[in-house]
Amino acid sequence: MTTEYTADEMMTVGAARSLRDEAVCFVGIGLPSTAANLARRTHAPGLVLVYESGTLGAKPDRLPLSIGDGVLADTADSVVSVPEIFNYWLQPGRIDIGFLGGAQVDRFGNINTTVIGGDYANPKVRLPGAGGAPEIAASCREVLIVMRMSPRSFVDRLDFVTSLGYGTGKGDREALGLRGRGPVKVITDLGVLEPDPDTCELTLTQLAPGATVEQARDAVGWPLEVADSPGELEPPTETELAVLRELKATVGGAK
Amino acid sequence: MARILQLDEAIAELVHDGDSIALEGFTHLIPVAAGHEIIRQGRKDLTLIRMTPDIVYDQLIGAGCARKLVFSWGGNPGVGSLHRFRDAIQNSWPVPLEIEEHSHAGMANRYAAGAAGLPFAVLRGYRGTDLPAQTDTIKPIECPFTGEQLTAVPALNPDVGIIHAQQADRAGNVQMWGITGVQKETVLASKRSLVTVEEVVDELTPRPGSVVLPQWVVTAVAEVPGGARPSYAQGYYDRDNAYYQQWDPISRDRGKFAQWLETEVQRERSAR
Repeated sequence: MTTEYTADEMMTVGAARSLRDEAVCFVGIGLPSTAANLARRTHAPGLVLVYESGTLGAKPDRLPLSIGDGVLADTADSVVSVPEIFNYWLQPGRIDIGFLGGAQVDRFGNINTTVIGGDYANPKVRLPGAGGAPEIAASCREVLIVMRMSPRSFVDRLDFVTSLGYGTGKGDREALGLRGRGPVKVITDLGVLEPDPDTCELTLTQLAPGATVEQARDAVGWPLEVADSPGELEPPTETELAVLRELKATVGGAK
Repeated sequence: MARILQLDEAIAELVHDGDSIALEGFTHLIPVAAGHEIIRQGRKDLTLIRMTPDIVYDQLIGAGCARKLVFSWGGNPGVGSLHRFRDAIQNSWPVPLEIEEHSHAGMANRYAAGAAGLPFAVLRGYRGTDLPAQTDTIKPIECPFTGEQLTAVPALNPDVGIIHAQQADRAGNVQMWGITGVQKETVLASKRSLVTVEEVVDELTPRPGSVVLPQWVVTAVAEVPGGARPSYAQGYYDRDNAYYQQWDPISRDRGKFAQWLETEVQRERSAR
């Protein structure tokens, strides 16, 4: 089979495969939303999509452009208010998976979407901010992160901790009283990182087809640990690619 | 009872320099026309409150109406950054912008406390993040029953809450449906409120899941068809996604933005 695909497509497919059927997933916009909608159209038709705009069980027939896209309300089991989505549905731990992206992630899976460079009062780059992410990261049973790998985004130390992964290491989440397990997987264009069971430090466990350990090490701003024998992601199937491309073509006017 | 006013009369009467105002709408039903009227009337020193400040707040900030922004996510949804917001924070242009930054859960709870007439709300949030160190309105609190460490955030009670809805009747009862975000809480938390609506009808038809705000909690209603464009009003019109994309190059450039203000916002006035 000679089907060509991009590293981004591999990442999105890899992220989609990480979602099990019937799971309840709190979906962030962008890559997580694309991957979650791909999963629902392939191996996980029973995946329950929850968006922070208050849509429970959305079944969009096209890719939503934003978390408040009308197609989510039109197709949801229920539409609730924003205070309700956070207080009744997210906070008590009713959501299986929080699915997030970010601008920066560090070795303990902490995420920054607030500022880059300078300090908080005088940042080099001002990012959108927290949105729903801090509480999604804190309260979902587990968290998946999907992000392209680069030394600017996979950093040794975050400029700002917007959403907590494992803090400074094992035990931090428990000490802070956070109820979810934290990030169990970071899916990237070069491979997959998972927390080491003893230290919670993100470790390379799988490579994307054609990617090398050296490439991954070069794209990460800390000395990246590698599992003894990292696996290799299965390339996207023709069906996965066809569904993904069809899905991306449906987003109204988006980039 | 809510009074039915023209948009310009309502803004002139309800929004004053130095007020704290919340124009809410969660992607859906954003009160854009009301925001433009505030720009036209040249309001200054406003504290702008909103969970998701998007392009209408970018426009208010760029026009120099704002002194402070209270928010949880500032961006151009589906496109990228808010460049007027960035320019104000990074370069104090056209005026310095103070920020008070929260998460969505924090903001939603602040409105809910405001609507409930309570001084603060409590949530299991923010723990372990850098936000409490930067925001004075995020404080730890201990549960008096279990001793659990939680977070307290103070109520939001804006001087003016402004939302857009699909319909009102002639008495000023308001009905909205679809994604209704935090709009109900915003009206109930605010000292004064303005609801712009797609249309004023003789009688409201009940709809499943709709939010009804009785006339006695609303200060004023203004009929503004298309008042949420380029956002959308479920049942009336779709989101103008191209507008959000076109905003990016306009907002990146101070000159282009000034020209936009001059032509687009003023043109709307003559069109009304």
